[in-house]
Amino acid sequence: MEWLQQIEWTPLLLSFKLAALTVSILFVVALPFAWWLSQSHSRFKPVFEAVTALPIVLPPSVLGFYMLLLLSHNSLLGHFLEESFNIKLAFSFTGLVIASCFYSFPFMVQPLQSGFESLNAHMIEASYLAGKSSRTTLWKVALPNIKPSLVTAVIISFAHTVGEFGVVLMVGGNIPHETRVASVAIYDLVEVMDYEKANIYAGVLLLFSFTILVSVYWFNYRHKLRVGTVL
Amino acid sequence: MLKIEIEKQLHGSNGEMTLTVNETVNKGDFIVIMGESGAGKSTLIRCLAGLEKASGSIVIEGEVWQDESKTVPIQQRNVGFVFQDYALFDNMSVKENLLFVNTDESLAEELLEMMEIKGLAERNVQFLSGGQKQRVALARALMRRPRLLLMDEPLSALDPRMRHKLSQKIKALHKRFGMTTLMVSHDVNEAKNLADRVWFVEFGELKEYNRTYLEELY
Repeated sequence: MEWLQQIEWTPLLLSFKLAALTVSILFVVALPFAWWLSQSHSRFKPVFEAVTALPIVLPPSVLGFYMLLLLSHNSLLGHFLEESFNIKLAFSFTGLVIASCFYSFPFMVQPLQSGFESLNAHMIEASYLAGKSSRTTLWKVALPNIKPSLVTAVIISFAHTVGEFGVVLMVGGNIPHETRVASVAIYDLVEVMDYEKANIYAGVLLLFSFTILVSVYWFNYRHKLRVGTVL
Repeated sequence: MLKIEIEKQLHGSNGEMTLTVNETVNKGDFIVIMGESGAGKSTLIRCLAGLEKASGSIVIEGEVWQDESKTVPIQQRNVGFVFQDYALFDNMSVKENLLFVNTDESLAEELLEMMEIKGLAERNVQFLSGGQKQRVALARALMRRPRLLLMDEPLSALDPRMRHKLSQKIKALHKRFGMTTLMVSHDVNEAKNLADRVWFVEFGELKEYNRTYLEELY
């Protein structure tokens, strides 16, 4: 067990901290947005959906590049935050959280939106007919009836944030105890040919991802079984 | 009194047509709306509830729900609405479905009793039969003591015995709560049994059948 003591756990902890923060922020932001998308008949809906899906198809380096421009000292936002609050976004953990929110946004929005869209539209109308607002309908009727989508959205966004590499490297760099998350640490260790340590980080992430996926599929299977859609 | 003067463009399976309704309904009347599928029956009651937009005006007991200058939102119209597919809140028990609409426990008790589903009060609605679900939906629709009850083919998914039983329940509810009721139906017997007036919608146009004509026709 000697090797265990030699392992620096900070990159893994940083990864999980980043993922937890990202998911918490995304849940608050993406939930009303996904609800709005699911109920909207706006002609601009496809545009919003396309923008939401962009991080899935863009190379992480492209997204990372624009995030870096957005967060850097020379940008309006970066300049304002640095001058007014002394907050530096580029190559900092805070910047990493913001970049991760953009990067994982579709992984939170899309399962929630498709969950809301699969609901019986009459059930939503019944809530409005009962005098309830859109917000109450979301919390009391829609959300409790899309539990599998909710679990998928939260867990996949978390796992996806833990697994991100390109954007993190571009925006956060590789600063120990600040922005060196597990995926970056693996890259770093392979660069210096320390395969033993790289193997441990990689093994932990592999095991973590597998466990996460099994739990999501297991939860969804149990749910279907309970409501009688699996015979 | 309910005064309906609406027009709505329909793009149904029968092609483009205009639904035109100019009718006055006395308070407490029971109206059954019949007609071919896609003729505009459901659209008419959905427009009354505010679930769909139409041009024109809807006035109930002097209160304007819709005219050129305003449209009262669904939430403020206080209509009871029963869907063909029940549309119950699956995450709630029978009683919770009722209390979500209005927290009046004694009204909920009375409605559960009338619909003979008191024994199912704590059961999750996903585990009910079709007939039981529709009784919950009926009870739920009355929890706000609506002035207007709208029903979109509420019995068509049920077997004949349950249809007959529930049409009796509907009659009893209508009598007990004294509301104006509009029900879409394909069943002539239901129309004969329940209606004060029968409307027939054909290609968006509304005609009235008097009961004698209906009796002769079938």
